[in-house]
Amino acid sequence: MEALDPIFLARVQFAFTISFHIIFPAFTIGLASYLAVLEGLWLATGRPVYMQLYRFWLMPFAIAFAMGVVSGIVMSYQFGTNWGPFAEKTAPVLGPLLAYEVLTAFFLEAGFLGVMLFGINRVGPKLHFVATLFVAVGTLISAFWILSANSWMQTPAAYLVEDGRYVPESWIGVIFNPSFPYRFLHMTLAAYLTTAFVVGAVGAWHLLRNRQNQPARVMFAMAVGMAAVVAPTQLVVGDLHGLNTLEHQPAKVAAMEGHFQTQTGAPLILFGLPDMEAGETRHEIGIPKLGSLILGHSLDAEIVGLDAFPRDEWPHVPTVFWSFRVMVGIGLLMIAFGAVGVVQAFRRRLFDAPWYLRWAVLMGPIGFVALLAGWFVTEVGRQPWVVFGLMRTADAASPIGAPGVATSLLGFIVVYLLIFTAGTAYMIRLMAHSPEMPSDEAVEEGPIRTAGIMPGPAQDHQHQHHHHH
Amino acid sequence: MLDMPTIWAVIIAVALLAYVILDGFDLGIGILFPLGRDRDERDTMMNSVAPVWDGNETWLVLGGAGLFAAFPLAYSILLTAFYAPVIAMLLALVLRGVAFEFRFRTRRRESRNYWDWSFIGGSAVAAFSQGVMVGAFVQGVAVENGVYAGGWFDWLTPFTVLCGVSLMVGYALLGACWLVIKTEGPLQRRMRNLQLPLGAAVVLLILLVSFGTVLENDAVRDRWFSFGSLWFLWVVPLLTLLLAAAYFFAVRADMEVVPFLLALGLFVASFAGLAVSLYPYLIPPDITYREAANADDSLTFMLVGAVFLMPIILGYTVYSYWIFRGKLRLGEGYH
Ligand code: HDD
Ligand code: HEM
Ligand code: HEM
Repeated sequence: MEALDPIFLARVQFAFTISFHIIFPAFTIGLASYLAVLEGLWLATGRPVYMQLYRFWLMPFAIAFAMGVVSGIVMSYQFGTNWGPFAEKTAPVLGPLLAYEVLTAFFLEAGFLGVMLFGINRVGPKLHFVATLFVAVGTLISAFWILSANSWMQTPAAYLVEDGRYVPESWIGVIFNPSFPYRFLHMTLAAYLTTAFVVGAVGAWHLLRNRQNQPARVMFAMAVGMAAVVAPTQLVVGDLHGLNTLEHQPAKVAAMEGHFQTQTGAPLILFGLPDMEAGETRHEIGIPKLGSLILGHSLDAEIVGLDAFPRDEWPHVPTVFWSFRVMVGIGLLMIAFGAVGVVQAFRRRLFDAPWYLRWAVLMGPIGFVALLAGWFVTEVGRQPWVVFGLMRTADAASPIGAPGVATSLLGFIVVYLLIFTAGTAYMIRLMAHSPEMPSDEAVEEGPIRTAGIMPGPAQDHQHQHHHHH
Repeated sequence: MLDMPTIWAVIIAVALLAYVILDGFDLGIGILFPLGRDRDERDTMMNSVAPVWDGNETWLVLGGAGLFAAFPLAYSILLTAFYAPVIAMLLALVLRGVAFEFRFRTRRRESRNYWDWSFIGGSAVAAFSQGVMVGAFVQGVAVENGVYAGGWFDWLTPFTVLCGVSLMVGYALLGACWLVIKTEGPLQRRMRNLQLPLGAAVVLLILLVSFGTVLENDAVRDRWFSFGSLWFLWVVPLLTLLLAAAYFFAVRADMEVVPFLLALGLFVASFAGLAVSLYPYLIPPDITYREAANADDSLTFMLVGAVFLMPIILGYTVYSYWIFRGKLRLGEGYH
């Protein structure tokens, strides 16, 4: 029965539902911006290929968006159902941030999503572009507020304690808390990278079938360009993010690095087996002194290890250690992919080398893995605190019994796996259809969302369908 | 008198009312979905709300986030007390929300049927759970030392089940009235035929729930019936009666838009009745909204934004309804 500790179950439930949720926002943040760029290019140049691409990506976007919305509604209630005491104590600080997210972002996204998906016949191209732009901006505003809330939980600032509650002292100080700028930048870039690799994989997949597929060439080139520019940027931002974390959450960084002992001239541990019982990282393979150089900017800088903290303030070291390596490993792989792409482009062989296209296809889902790994570093590394240094996770949970939480957790797992499988399958099917074809064929008899701009066969098809009756 | 907590109580009440009104017909369409005879009819029913359902549900998010932000004690206690119906509602909304996209992406008839049923079941369960929560709220919630102290199934009583059923029927009424506005032909005729029986059922259920409320909650009984009670409160039930009469008249006269507005009026009146019955308690029977309120500074900070943003939000919400106004024709080309 010990495994059925209700707090443990509530944590698993939170981790499961938010991990599920974040997959879709990350993809919609990236795709919304991409769609805005495509429509903007179409309006500016009049080249039909951009509208073809817009239509092609609009439907996967609609599916991802719907899944983001429904899983997000769950999140906004879960603080109350499962984390009541946490909600109550942090509400003066976090409540307004979430309320502003609803007021400035969610309404904007929802209000213009309908126009974006269904309104092209009714509002005309320019206004339609405005709607797309608003949706894209809305996703970024949403990320702004929610990441501010999360960052405040990581690096609380500008608050006072009144009647056991955390009350803001300065809103600017709360919103722009020390880790927020880094997290916001890092997460936005992560969303763009993740999306770019999906777009690149789809483009590559179609190019493998037909090198002359014009829309596929355009999207592949755009994706490789993104990877080449954004992946290295992400390394720099991530490094700054890590230095900021070192300042505010040194135990987390010690866990990321696998440093149990405080030492000068610390190595950069590449691999090893962190052993919390023994308090050491076994079989470590490292580069001497590099850890000190990166974190302390000097070969002999002193690097604080976990031994500087009481045992009951250690996070689960192996999870943090490995998640961090997965994320950084993928980041380096992305940089390599972008760099090779630049070389290929200079050799004018970007679309021709099958090995490179196959590599791109394999990289398709990799951003999501890095994204989740990154969040696991951040969130598990914050443990045992829910608000770092102020409130322990163990004191944050609602008084719901284990059977209650277990049942709801089971419900979430069943329902989410079901809709995840179906949603992913539908998205993949849409993406597998060549973007050169009119999009209505990709969806059989489904609705034609942008028929106003590119009539052609789409409308005939509709008519035929309804003449059957 | 008009302090921050009061202003926010009004704002949250308005947000919840907006949710009930807007998502109500949207869930109602899900409940009525089995009445769509063939694929085209069902497409039409769903298309009539597809561009706006997301916006409608955002009011629920505002209700949740707003409660968290303005009345954290209520947010934490009520959601914990109603754990099972809240989770049921959320899962139901998930299953129903994805159906808007998924059912149009299927190739095989069986899979489409599957999403049809997830839309129907999800809408019905969400409506029922919401009704149950209203009932459980009226019954009152056991609290000790600022934490929920009741049992697991306190929310489940004959009265709450009655409330659950009532809300389902009420939403179905809104859905039917909405479809009368948005459709034509046989589907519209069938929805018209539903307007009288559903209307009658709703009036009956409003009466039953009102009696139930009075029986369940002593404070409410005293407020309405004790000597020296606030006689002017009786305006609300009187207004409800007038609205009901007008509704039946409008349906008889074959009007299209007016019955929908009057049905919404019934919802507003019932909501107002509930509000004046329970005021000032936010966690009945003992905790008032002032006791449950967030720090004043936080409320002020949010009010600045709300005052500025609400009109803008209302503006573009109306605009998007305006864009999609008018009858849906088959094969119009958007779903
Ligand atoms: C970095 C971005 C990010 C992060 C960390 C989160 N979300 Fe999210 N969320 C979004 C970015 C986003 C988004 C891109 O804005 C979504 C995706 C689809 C959408 O409608 O907006 C969204 C949707 C979304 C919705 C539905 C909005 C609607 O009805 O339109 C809610 C209620 C939440 N989220 C709430 C949360 C909560 C409580 C989170 C954390 C505990 C959370 N999100 C993490
Ligand atoms: C969006 C991506 C996110 C992911 C994938 C994620 C992941 C996780 C994980 C894995 C845990 C469990 C940690 C553990 O118990 O060991 C957790 C806990 C938690 N996170 Fe996040 N998180 C995310 C964002 C956020 C945000 C934006 C917030 C707040 C605004 C937040 C608030 C919390 C809370 C309240 C808990 C529960 C208490 C706890 O265990 O610390 N998370 N999250
Ligand atoms: C390339 C080198 C990278 C470095 C050095 C790096 C560094 C970091 C660090 C230090 C953190 C933890 C911050 C904290 O908890 O305080 C973090 C978190 C995170 N990383 Fe990375 N990262 C890299 C690449 C990536 C990539 C490629 C992605 C995704 C595509 C990604 C996504 C994330 C996410 C989503 C988080 C959690 C949110 C946050 O705290 O910002 N990272 N990263």
